[in-house]
Amino acid sequence: MNVARIYAVVLRQYYLLRGSPTRLLPLFVWVMIDIVLWGFFSLYLGSVSSQGGHFVPALLGAVLLWDFLTRVMQGVTMAFFEDVWSRNFLNFFATPLRVTEYIAGLVVTGIGTSLVGLLAMVLLAWLAFGLSYAAYGAALIPFILVLFIFGMALGVLGSALVLRLGPSAEWLIWPIPAILAPFVCVFYPLSILPLWMQAIARILPPSYVFESMRGIIGGGEVPLQNLAIASAMALAYLAASIWVFLKVYRVAVRSGLIARYSAEAVN
Amino acid sequence: MTQNLKPPLDVKNLTKRYANVLAVDNLTFAVERGEIVGLLGLNGAGKSTTINMILGVLEPTSGTVALNGFDVAKDRQRALAKTNFAAVYAPLPGNLTVRQNLRIFGLIYNVPKLEQRIDALLAQYELDAFADTRCGLLSSGEQSRVSLAKAMLNRPTVLLLDEPTASIDPSTAQGIRGYIRDFTAAEHGAVLWTSHNMYEVEEVCDRILLMSHGKILLQGDPKTLPQAHGFTTLEALFVDVARESADAP
Repeated sequence: MNVARIYAVVLRQYYLLRGSPTRLLPLFVWVMIDIVLWGFFSLYLGSVSSQGGHFVPALLGAVLLWDFLTRVMQGVTMAFFEDVWSRNFLNFFATPLRVTEYIAGLVVTGIGTSLVGLLAMVLLAWLAFGLSYAAYGAALIPFILVLFIFGMALGVLGSALVLRLGPSAEWLIWPIPAILAPFVCVFYPLSILPLWMQAIARILPPSYVFESMRGIIGGGEVPLQNLAIASAMALAYLAASIWVFLKVYRVAVRSGLIARYSAEAVN
Repeated sequence: MTQNLKPPLDVKNLTKRYANVLAVDNLTFAVERGEIVGLLGLNGAGKSTTINMILGVLEPTSGTVALNGFDVAKDRQRALAKTNFAAVYAPLPGNLTVRQNLRIFGLIYNVPKLEQRIDALLAQYELDAFADTRCGLLSSGEQSRVSLAKAMLNRPTVLLLDEPTASIDPSTAQGIRGYIRDFTAAEHGAVLWTSHNMYEVEEVCDRILLMSHGKILLQGDPKTLPQAHGFTTLEALFVDVARESADAP
């Protein structure tokens, strides 16, 4: 791994973001709209329910964490799409740049852009709706890390799909978080789900995170076993997604997709 | 030391097969230091496929490509460290400025004293005025000069040019030919150049390889090759070969 080459991939994304309000604003705007919408909904539920204040940390906190995962994934895929849209693969991969360095550059970009979004969400949720992060305790940090790693895995996997299927497969990538949301129990406990959905939920790291967070808010201990399972799973997903990307890249080099990448040229 | 004696670009038995199509058929050639070799042929003859295999973005079915003595398949980083390319179909990202693009590719090639190198190239290719202009806003000729400046960033010993003067005016094309001749004279680089402009090929190239159906049909000095085959111009020879290729089964 060459740090200068990874930096080059990140620098390209930085230049794009710096020079383009249309790229910069979505880092904040959608997550802030979500926080406002769900913030008021949480306050309303708190006012009509005997559970009172639990709705803000349980519901708004869940929205915040789920949005964060989505932002991480989109941070990686958006960085990748910039090279799809500008047909930059030939320029990049006809250089000494390794594909692993390229993926590392996408991930670092995803880290940067998602942290910007997270900061905006955290501040707004705290200032406008009084979301207290003390309710989650120290477990918040490792849980965020799990979501972060899983978000990166989804981003790398989504990028691999588009590399294999072509730019027109972009529409497959955007709904991935929405498809996963019912299974990972963002807003309800795992036990609500039918058994077949529970089986799927158990192989998705975020479901352990959200289940554990609800337990902690309800006064329970930090479930270390859940944390360990979720961490191991998230790392395994990330490793698997990188493996898939490398395999797809190899196929693209063998078939010539890298050299002639465009919506029309790729089937 | 042994690597320095080898040709900077050495292609051996290069073959690319897609299902039932043989795009490149057992190609063997070398380009020596300070030599400009023209790779000619009809559309679909296998020129770009060959260049893509040399650049390591397309895997050959068989055969080898060595750049500066390093096998592209086995030692890609060292093989491509002193290689670069410019192609009409691979413009630099239009949403970045000229300087930003050069900086990014300079980092990828680990160019020492990068900012000085960029300033020198901007001056050499008369791009100072456009340094902070987004590449997408430049004319075709200006974009070609930016691509050439990018191609020179790492002081390449092997330069691959895929139709670098396509779709630009004759005056700008003449300027680009001048840049390439200066490069081979000053840096003694090896250049592989594809073009459909026979006048340009005669003017610039020391040697040509005429491809058809993935094979080299003819090769030699573009100034003497037509006469050796009974034609007055390279274009007449090319058209004849093209007709024969079209009639071939």
